[in-house]
Amino acid sequence: MIMIFGIPGPLLFGQLLLGLINGAFYAMLSLGLAVIFGMLNIINFAHGALFMMGAFCSWMLLNYLGIGYFPALILAPLIIGAFGIVLEKTLISRLYKLDHLYGLLLTFGLALVIEGLFRNAYGSSGLPYRIPQVLTGATDLGFMFMPNYRGWVVLCAAVVCFATWAIIEKTSLGATLRAATENAPLVQAFGVNVPRLITLTYGGGIALAAFAGVLAAPIYSVNPNMGTNFINTVFAVVVIGGMGSILGSIVTGFALGVVEGLTKVFYPQASATVVFVVMVIILLTRPRGLFGKAA
Amino acid sequence: MRISRRTLLASAAAAGTLPVAGARAQAQQTIRIGCLTDMSGPYKDLAGPGAIAAVHQAIEESGIAAKGIKVDVVGADHLNKPDIGAGIVRQWFDRDGVDLVVEVANSGVALAVAGVAKEKNKAYINSGAATSDLTSSQCNANTIHWAYDTYMLAKSTGGAMVRSGGDSWYFITADYAFGKALTRDTSDFVTSAGGKVLGNSPYPFPGTTDFSSFLIQAQASGAKVLGLSNAGTDTINTIKQAKEFGIKMRLAGLLLFLTDIHSLGLDVAQGIVLTDSFYWDHNDRTRAFANRIAPKMGGARPTMVQAGVYASTLHYLKGVAEMGVAAAKADGAATIAQLKKMPTQDDCFGAGSIRPDGRKIHPSYLWEVKKPSESKGAWDYYKPLASTPADQAFRPMDQGACPLVKS
Repeated sequence: MIMIFGIPGPLLFGQLLLGLINGAFYAMLSLGLAVIFGMLNIINFAHGALFMMGAFCSWMLLNYLGIGYFPALILAPLIIGAFGIVLEKTLISRLYKLDHLYGLLLTFGLALVIEGLFRNAYGSSGLPYRIPQVLTGATDLGFMFMPNYRGWVVLCAAVVCFATWAIIEKTSLGATLRAATENAPLVQAFGVNVPRLITLTYGGGIALAAFAGVLAAPIYSVNPNMGTNFINTVFAVVVIGGMGSILGSIVTGFALGVVEGLTKVFYPQASATVVFVVMVIILLTRPRGLFGKAA
Repeated sequence: MRISRRTLLASAAAAGTLPVAGARAQAQQTIRIGCLTDMSGPYKDLAGPGAIAAVHQAIEESGIAAKGIKVDVVGADHLNKPDIGAGIVRQWFDRDGVDLVVEVANSGVALAVAGVAKEKNKAYINSGAATSDLTSSQCNANTIHWAYDTYMLAKSTGGAMVRSGGDSWYFITADYAFGKALTRDTSDFVTSAGGKVLGNSPYPFPGTTDFSSFLIQAQASGAKVLGLSNAGTDTINTIKQAKEFGIKMRLAGLLLFLTDIHSLGLDVAQGIVLTDSFYWDHNDRTRAFANRIAPKMGGARPTMVQAGVYASTLHYLKGVAEMGVAAAKADGAATIAQLKKMPTQDDCFGAGSIRPDGRKIHPSYLWEVKKPSESKGAWDYYKPLASTPADQAFRPMDQGACPLVKS
């Protein structure tokens, strides 16, 4: 058997793959955050709570309406995205003229309120959500058993990340969006409804979080705290990738998943800390992040 | 009659003092019980509102009102923070006239509260915490530990697994006091029964949601049994992912509650072996209790912790009736001493007793989670595998190093 640093090769390859899978969640969540920060300049601390709502939404669709996993994959992001639009219209839009900190405080408070309400209604130990029948089982890759569902998660994440990047970087809609971020009054002068554009962007970012929530529901316990566990790491990903950089958050998300996976083999106690160690190193050497543009 | 401003002020002032005096007089005959629990965090379902319901149930069934003794209940959320828990209990004892504190899930908070109860000489009966330190190095004359502890869990689950052929173990451990203690205690039982421990993955707590990496390492170690030294949603996530990755090892849930199984669903949880000192469907008496308390719990079935809160409150009220309200209010240590003298008897744990070190003893039971086909419906989850008699279920007193035990 091949040994790498005293660890059997197959075990190490397995861990790399697992890291990539976890990285898929980081990438999807940090992507939404990066889009929202890049376009709205809002540090959206409610992202974890909305990710959790996505998971709960798919559970509710199944248990109250009998709607299964695949329709939920479309419906839940739409429903939670619409909820995000309501939040933006009624609350967040009032803060655009103020300092970043106000947005951070508001969204942090929103996260606490949302999580508290769900905890009150559904308890804290979580709700069961099954893996859809067609995606159960596992494939033998030679070095490890890869659950089919995890493969599906990576596939979905890759498609969604690519699509988001393409929309923002390669379409005329994306060009308008980027222009509106640079100079809103000028774009408005060209007849573009900038406030509506911003509202839809926020809704889109939230829909991405909800989509990740639906993907997470069968793997993790659907419970009110599930977002809190992710959100700190995801913020670190955004900072490392470069605030607001779309490509940065995608690449960093996957890469940090792998770094974390390897730490779990060599020194598991540090696996929650390693991301922040990387963040400190990056901030010291490249303060604008790996993919951040110079000011 | 003309009312001058002076008399009006005077009578207002007098009226102001009246309720206070009234409350003082009333406090002489009223026993007040404080249920300190987790109302918002990971232990809400296994303790929380159900634990407060259990206190009320015990008061109703104790018949204490007929003896002319009034009992009221206050509840609070300790947020799983020892400083907050200790602060609430201090206020309860100093200002609110609380005589007994029950429940207190979370070992850290539980140990902090034990210190406050001793300092203020009040009574404290814990049912929710796991740490066996409550009755060893940290024991005191004001504390009783009721439902279970880490030693009981480790001995029952660890010993039984080795006897049935599970002689090589791998642990996934929440990297803090509780998880480490559980792994340490279980490893001791495994090795002393002739088994081997092949590895351990201590993971950062809290904040870990993905356990697949540790599961793959555990599988690669070749161990037959996977010991889960964690609790709550961490355990749920570990079990869910073990199923997903097709882990062929036998899972030993070192601390699993009925509500965890309810959350997992039987198709995921089936076959898991675990230890509980109370299961609602165990015998006629436990079933009767579960049916009586169900309306207060929204139809859910009580956990071992909630049963412990019920049984301990019931026993406390018997003690109060025996020694009188005034004496019980005056001296917490004397009340606890009185409780230790009396044999215990309740629907949840049957006949039992309380040792000088504060350990309540009763049998512990090893259960296996049913297959979905064996279950008749919601909450029908366990089938019995083995039991350990009361005198062997807990750590022998001479090994606990509790200063209250005189050799």
